[in-house]
Amino acid sequence: MSRKQVTIDANEAAAYVAHKLSEVIAIYPITPSSPMGEWSDEWSMAGKKNLWGTVPEVSELQSEGGAAGTMHGALQTGALTTSFTASQGLLLKMPNLFKIAGELTPAVIHVAARTVATHALSIFGDHSDVMAMRMTGIALLSSNSVQEAMDMAMISHAATLESRIPFIHFFDGFRTSHEVQKIDQISDETMRAMINEEWIIAHRNRALTPDRPKIRGTAQNPDVFFQAREAGNKYYLNCPDIVQSAMNKFESLTGRKYSLFQYHGAEDAERVIILMGSGAETVHETVDALNAQGEKVGVIKVRLFRPFSMRHLIESLPATVKQIAVLDRTKEPGSTGEPLYNDVVTTFYENRTEQWRTFEKEPSVICGRYGLSSKEFTPPMVKRIYDELTSSKPKNHFTIGIVDDVTNLHLDLPDTSWEPDSDLFEGLFYGLGADGTVSANKNSIKIIGDNTEYNAQGYFVYDSKKSGATTVSHLRFGSKPIRSAYLISKANFVACHQFTFLDKIDMLKHAREGATFLLNAPFPADEVWDHVPEKVQQQIIDKKLKFYSIDAYKVARENGMGTRINTVMQTCFFAISEILPREEAIEMIKSAIRKAYGSKGENILQSNFAAVDNSVENLFRVTVPEEVSSKLQMRPPVPAEAPDFVQKVIAEIIAGQGDNLPVSAFEEDGTFPTGTTKWEKRNIALEIPILEPDLCIQCGKCAMVCPHSVIRLKAFDGTLLDNAPEGFKYMDAKGREWPENTKVALQISPEDCTGCVLCVEVCPAKDRKAVGRKAINMEPIETHLDREKENWDFFLTIPEYDRSQIKSETVKGSQFLEPLFEFSGACAGCGETPYIKLITQLFGDRMVIANATGCSSIYGGNLPSTPYTTNADGYGPAWSNSLFEDNAEFGLGFRLTIDKQQEQARELLIQMNGSVDEELKNAILSADQSTEPGIYEQRERVGALKELLKSKDSSEARLLLSVADYLVRKSVWIFGGDGWAYDIGYGGLDHVLASGKDVNILVMDTEVYSNTGGQCSKATPLGAVAKFASAGKAIGKKDLGLMSVSGGGAYVARIAMGASDMQTMKAILEAERYPGPSIIIAYSHCIAHGYDMRYGLNQQKLAVETGYWPLFRFDPMKSAEGLNPFQLDSKAPKSAFKDYAYNEMRYLMLAKSQPKIAKELMIRAQKEVHDQWRIYEKLQDVYEPVKKEEPSNE
Amino acid sequence: MNFETTYLGLRLKNPLVPSASPLSTETDTVKKLEDAGASAIVMYSLFEEQINMENKALDHFLNNPGDSFAEALSYFPQPDEYHNLHAEDYLEQIRELKETVDIPVIASLNGVSEGGWMKYATRMEEAGADALELNIYYIAADPGMSSEEVESMYINDLKAVKNAVNIPVSVKLGPYFSAFANMALRLENAGADGLVLFNRFYQPDLNLETLEVEPSLELSSSFEKRLPLRWIAMLRPHLKGSIAATTGIHSAEDVIKMTLAGADVSMMASILLFKGPEVLGSILDEMKIWMEEKEYTSLEEMKGAMSSASVGDPGAFERANYIKILQGFDVNTFR
Repeated sequence: MSRKQVTIDANEAAAYVAHKLSEVIAIYPITPSSPMGEWSDEWSMAGKKNLWGTVPEVSELQSEGGAAGTMHGALQTGALTTSFTASQGLLLKMPNLFKIAGELTPAVIHVAARTVATHALSIFGDHSDVMAMRMTGIALLSSNSVQEAMDMAMISHAATLESRIPFIHFFDGFRTSHEVQKIDQISDETMRAMINEEWIIAHRNRALTPDRPKIRGTAQNPDVFFQAREAGNKYYLNCPDIVQSAMNKFESLTGRKYSLFQYHGAEDAERVIILMGSGAETVHETVDALNAQGEKVGVIKVRLFRPFSMRHLIESLPATVKQIAVLDRTKEPGSTGEPLYNDVVTTFYENRTEQWRTFEKEPSVICGRYGLSSKEFTPPMVKRIYDELTSSKPKNHFTIGIVDDVTNLHLDLPDTSWEPDSDLFEGLFYGLGADGTVSANKNSIKIIGDNTEYNAQGYFVYDSKKSGATTVSHLRFGSKPIRSAYLISKANFVACHQFTFLDKIDMLKHAREGATFLLNAPFPADEVWDHVPEKVQQQIIDKKLKFYSIDAYKVARENGMGTRINTVMQTCFFAISEILPREEAIEMIKSAIRKAYGSKGENILQSNFAAVDNSVENLFRVTVPEEVSSKLQMRPPVPAEAPDFVQKVIAEIIAGQGDNLPVSAFEEDGTFPTGTTKWEKRNIALEIPILEPDLCIQCGKCAMVCPHSVIRLKAFDGTLLDNAPEGFKYMDAKGREWPENTKVALQISPEDCTGCVLCVEVCPAKDRKAVGRKAINMEPIETHLDREKENWDFFLTIPEYDRSQIKSETVKGSQFLEPLFEFSGACAGCGETPYIKLITQLFGDRMVIANATGCSSIYGGNLPSTPYTTNADGYGPAWSNSLFEDNAEFGLGFRLTIDKQQEQARELLIQMNGSVDEELKNAILSADQSTEPGIYEQRERVGALKELLKSKDSSEARLLLSVADYLVRKSVWIFGGDGWAYDIGYGGLDHVLASGKDVNILVMDTEVYSNTGGQCSKATPLGAVAKFASAGKAIGKKDLGLMSVSGGGAYVARIAMGASDMQTMKAILEAERYPGPSIIIAYSHCIAHGYDMRYGLNQQKLAVETGYWPLFRFDPMKSAEGLNPFQLDSKAPKSAFKDYAYNEMRYLMLAKSQPKIAKELMIRAQKEVHDQWRIYEKLQDVYEPVKKEEPSNE
Repeated sequence: MNFETTYLGLRLKNPLVPSASPLSTETDTVKKLEDAGASAIVMYSLFEEQINMENKALDHFLNNPGDSFAEALSYFPQPDEYHNLHAEDYLEQIRELKETVDIPVIASLNGVSEGGWMKYATRMEEAGADALELNIYYIAADPGMSSEEVESMYINDLKAVKNAVNIPVSVKLGPYFSAFANMALRLENAGADGLVLFNRFYQPDLNLETLEVEPSLELSSSFEKRLPLRWIAMLRPHLKGSIAATTGIHSAEDVIKMTLAGADVSMMASILLFKGPEVLGSILDEMKIWMEEKEYTSLEEMKGAMSSASVGDPGAFERANYIKILQGFDVNTFR
């Protein structure tokens, strides 16, 4: 049989098999498994057929629960069905897994195993999700590597059909799911040989069909349920042998040998580690190295974890084994030990009577936890565990890879010298997300993997910011199989693709002696050395590095590549790494370019070719002097004045040293301080907005739209300017509302700006003499940074203006309020964050936020730093993220508590006869808190009450004190995206809207699942392309606004800040004031729409002008006042929908890929826009109150 | 009435040719134009620069936000194939028109690179175009570029295309040359089979509300025909090749005037967009009435009857406008 090798990641590997062997695929996106569904959809859309000649039906559901239900249904009616998921997604499938397994239904779910959210969410990998499925009756089969992800996928699909036990096939999220390796692809012939046709027919014969009617899913009583539940036992008893025989058959077909518990190591090993997942490969690698040094160690790789075959485990161990360490990549708090450990201990216990095998002496067994949330697990750690097994009393229930200075469970890790394989090429590449470094490296791995005999591995580390994100690529090449499932720490090639990283990231600490260092620097050859920081110079000299430099941006620019330096840096890598002969490598790069860009036009191809040719000419080796000459120092991660926690914890995380933080550094319950983004100065903008005070009209629009709260307006008394630095810009306050000598400063925080340009685009003030000059203009940061930093620092010292004196209900006035959401890691030009910022300006000092999982929970609460912050009095938003699916209900819970506590506080206050001044009591109980001053006064009163209560020694006083703050009105907000509101959380949202409770829901509608990469939601518009709608969405967007209006009891608004900031303001204020549930659907432009975000507001405007996004407000309170509750706030469409749509690649790409469909969908979309407008117009009429007729004279 | 004329060596049943405009994007519309009397069709222009720009934007926006955030390594599905990256739609439209209509199809091209001119010209010929119109839509805004350089560019582009194809090639250009008559002759000498006078550049407007420069597209008015009318009349005696009149031709009267001045065909778009293809029939009807009245039996008789070589006072076309206006000025009418 021919052998085909491919260089892919595990998600693609598993999906390849799943797509080949399925008829129905039910999916829902969740990191890190989303690419499996995306691949399946792309293949089905491209007409790729399964093994039996039909194109699998791929269906995206509204949640994983939905996907599981669909899967169950498809299985019950006889289709070969699969799904992909991870983490919470798997948990949502759990109820159906009990059913699917209970009904003995062959099925496979491929899982990129990911941490289940506990004290915090984590997108990274461990086995907590799959371990939670042990009870369901589903089989659990583990893959340890990319090759195994393909092989075990095959084995699970075969074994499930034969055994009738459904399978979860899992591999480690990110570490394996996203690792690229060169692997053998399973041929169709092998697949055909592995799957017995009779199994498929048997599965179909069990299907529910009216042609052979039967029922499943009965309700059973105590008399029979138990017996019937035991009836399926034999299938579980047979399953391990079936899996082993599938593995044996697979070996005969491919030569790759697997067993249920696969032993590797010395035949006479005395110490053995038992584990599953990618860590097993690291142990394998370490075992080889230790045994080569004369040790006697081994490893058991657990593949089939459920059904657990004790006999097979015992039989796989060498008889010589004396000590065993069982490692679990999960945590089961309060248990006797983690799952695998418990199973191993039980196995040895039962072996005493079963006698599957006799050992010289029954080995001792200890256990440990490792690798939670993709924590590094390295050969020195493995060695440390083997060493621990030699001690007279090995530590049990240990942890490895962290320092637990609280419960002291960890094994300490002395500085072990672990020499990397000298034959292995290990390269580290530091880049920016936007510069194409990762895609270039993925390409390099493919080039080397596909064109040489080398094995190749690539793994990519991303940061949690969506703007200015750093990426680190870890590439390994070598003639031996690469089993290293951990990051590179001793590289023989280090590339820095961004010069600005040099004083921020200590990357050369990972360089081996004599390694090569490639730097992208904007300086001529003879000047580069002088710009390198002292520490880096020292490392280059000490480690005798070969130092190369290129001005990659210049080469990219000159060849029409813009800021994409990927091709340039990739060429340099090949030119100096000598992995391949230079000419050959360049030819391969060009061939790869042809493959990647051939379909995108001749000019793109030519630009790339030219960049390749010009790269080598511009690459030079830097002469390294013998002595360090630089005075430039590395920059500290946070400034010296940052608070203690920020210095000790957050700074370490920012500096990439989070792994070194001990357990004691953290709150036990996951609580983190707010307001820490201000210490993480990221300096990512190349250009920043600079104010022209003579032109500024103080409208506040620039501050309002700034997604990162970088532009601030502040009014203050002129006397405060005495200490202002020279060059501090201010203006006389415009408007009669300000007292005499009031000044206004509009200040930019230069180090927090992302350079998105929205502020300049929105600025309405132009120089009459040269209209191109606005009141705010982008200018290169280097000429302004120092001065603007000084200005910003001074600006922060100016006290905030008295809120009660600001006209906060106007657009302009609102921008004089301090934002309590700042410097988030959202994308540059984000369309969501301006709404959040505005809401925190208006209500931040008394708001609590429930945030659905998604973009807003990531930029809202992903470490290292958090953007929600406090005002000078310490008030600010409290924030939490529960899940993706339950956010409306989560926020309702907030409201119920707040209402209850307020009620209790009032009750207690009323009971405080005599001990609280009656005037104060009455004032608190009857306070009008509908306005800013009203709330301010109530806070003062409650403050006085609290002071009074502190002095009282009574139970009533203490209890009242604990709830007194609830006497000040709280604002409950529920934030989330369209994936939550339209799809997974809709049931809850619908219920909360009908609850009558005072919650405020903000739906930031980007019309796709933005956080997971642009999958289609029910908010995706007709005609737009999204993942799972690659032929354009053929069904119109769900009108969540109208649906919410139909209930009648909720305030509903549809807004678009770019179209009408005034209507946005009104809607937010009215929604908050409305005493029941409110929902605001906010148009949020997004990078997933495919255009330059600087034009986001222009597109919002066009969306409204074309009638696509009508603005409206529905306020049920108005009915009571005899007014029309339905207010249409935008005008009839004045241009065609396509004039808006075709500015965005999500629409345009369909015209480029499937023009006929695009044309047809565009016609339908236009009609829908037209029809929608008519409905809205009519609705306004329908809601017009009936005027009482004048009494007749007759 | 014999309306027959010859343009770029193509024998046409009448001088009415829809010029390059969106009218030719729909085959059905072209069929209607043919049925209404159009004698040939000039297709909408293919802009090489636009193709390049769109391809770049496609590549940029589909890939650029990718590979930077762990949860979203891409934001769009990646189709295996894109359509129309190399103007396949345009070429397909030529093929489709050739299959659907009997009148000659003239492709229109605006290139930016020498390679682009040749590549697309060749493909248009291969797709079946009967002739090619080079739409040299060039705004000479660079103060560093001399008139000689601009003129050479025109000549070189033309030569490149002429070398690449065997079908007739016309050049459509604007009037903004210091020595247009000389330029016209040079183009003919460089191989142009005809000239299309004149290209109408879209002139942006200023928005007084927003203080922004805005693109504007206004349909031509009949008044604008005076410029081509004069130049056709002046050039006709000097040029051997074809001349097409375009810009501001809205009525039978306009077509008659252009023909009298020396145009082989009259091209129109605005009036067709405004009134629909049927207007062609009315124009022919009205022309017939006029011709009969003036006792012309064929278009050929009319052609150039009022060119500068044929009118009694050739200076009339060359004289600057104000002189004539002053001479005709009668103070008495303004009492």
